[in-house]
Amino acid sequence: MTHAVAQRNVALIDLLDRLLEGGVVLTGDLTLAIADVDLVRISLRALICPVRAPREHTTVTGRRP
Amino acid sequence: MTGPRYVYAIGRALDPDSPDSLAGLAGLTGLTGLTGVDGAEVHPVAHGDLVAVVSAAPPDEAALTARLERLDELAAVAEAHHAVVAAVATQTVVAPFRLATIYRDERRVRELLHHRYREFEALLDHLCGSVEIGVKLYVEDRSPDPPAPNGSGRAYLQQLSQKHQRRDEQWRHAMTAAELVDTALSAHAADRCHHRPQPAQLSGAAGQNIFNASYLVPTGRVTEFTELAWRLVTGEPALRVEVTGPWAPYSFTGDRA
Repeated sequence: MTHAVAQRNVALIDLLDRLLEGGVVLTGDLTLAIADVDLVRISLRALICPVRAPREHTTVTGRRP
Repeated sequence: MTGPRYVYAIGRALDPDSPDSLAGLAGLTGLTGLTGVDGAEVHPVAHGDLVAVVSAAPPDEAALTARLERLDELAAVAEAHHAVVAAVATQTVVAPFRLATIYRDERRVRELLHHRYREFEALLDHLCGSVEIGVKLYVEDRSPDPPAPNGSGRAYLQQLSQKHQRRDEQWRHAMTAAELVDTALSAHAADRCHHRPQPAQLSGAAGQNIFNASYLVPTGRVTEFTELAWRLVTGEPALRVEVTGPWAPYSFTGDRA
């Protein structure tokens, strides 16, 4: 059986809806922090920062050294 | 032992006799030469008829974490992840993993497939033959603004009040219409998932997103479903519908694995 899900350009915001909130959630070996904690922050940050910011100004972390 | 592995998705091997080679995935030819995050070559890790689609993970965990906090890097990883998932989804039933799920080595990936075999089988059974369709509804204020006030302050306030009242009514009406659309679409879907409405400053879309949902739709009925979504808003001049997909079933992997 084929499943017609062709690859194509998608809006980043639609992708993040799915990749940051959907998908099988498992605790991997190395990225517990990313999977369980940081994605929540990334997700929140993504909501308050423009997705299509110019490439040289796209650092979204507020945690600068 | 192999190094760390980034897991994109699990799927069902099409040829359980030799699932460990790409050729053995019975024509998963779309995977040949496919690259994932950081251009790493994608390959299957099999256990019985289950296949995890993986690539070598970036070796530095801290660096990856830091990268994912930069939106441009996050976008690059998300797009690479999605490209792999979409390619696999054209070949077999697939359950995408959440972004950045990494295991220490391939042995650990096999253990995962072994320990969760039944859950993954049940999940793939649930997803088999269906795709995800996104439906978003936007409210667009198409009524013209009242003419500029040229009278008293009182007339101006009255006009303003009428304008707000009209907006409120439009909003209530749109929310009710959205519920009806959702109900009607759900009747034609195997599953449904609500996402948060998207802020206009993020999406760049016109109008205000009041409804953002995904539906699990049989592959053969995507066109019908899409047309239904369009038809449901034809009598609603203030509502605009946007249909996205078909997607791999990202939004329908949650409670079962």
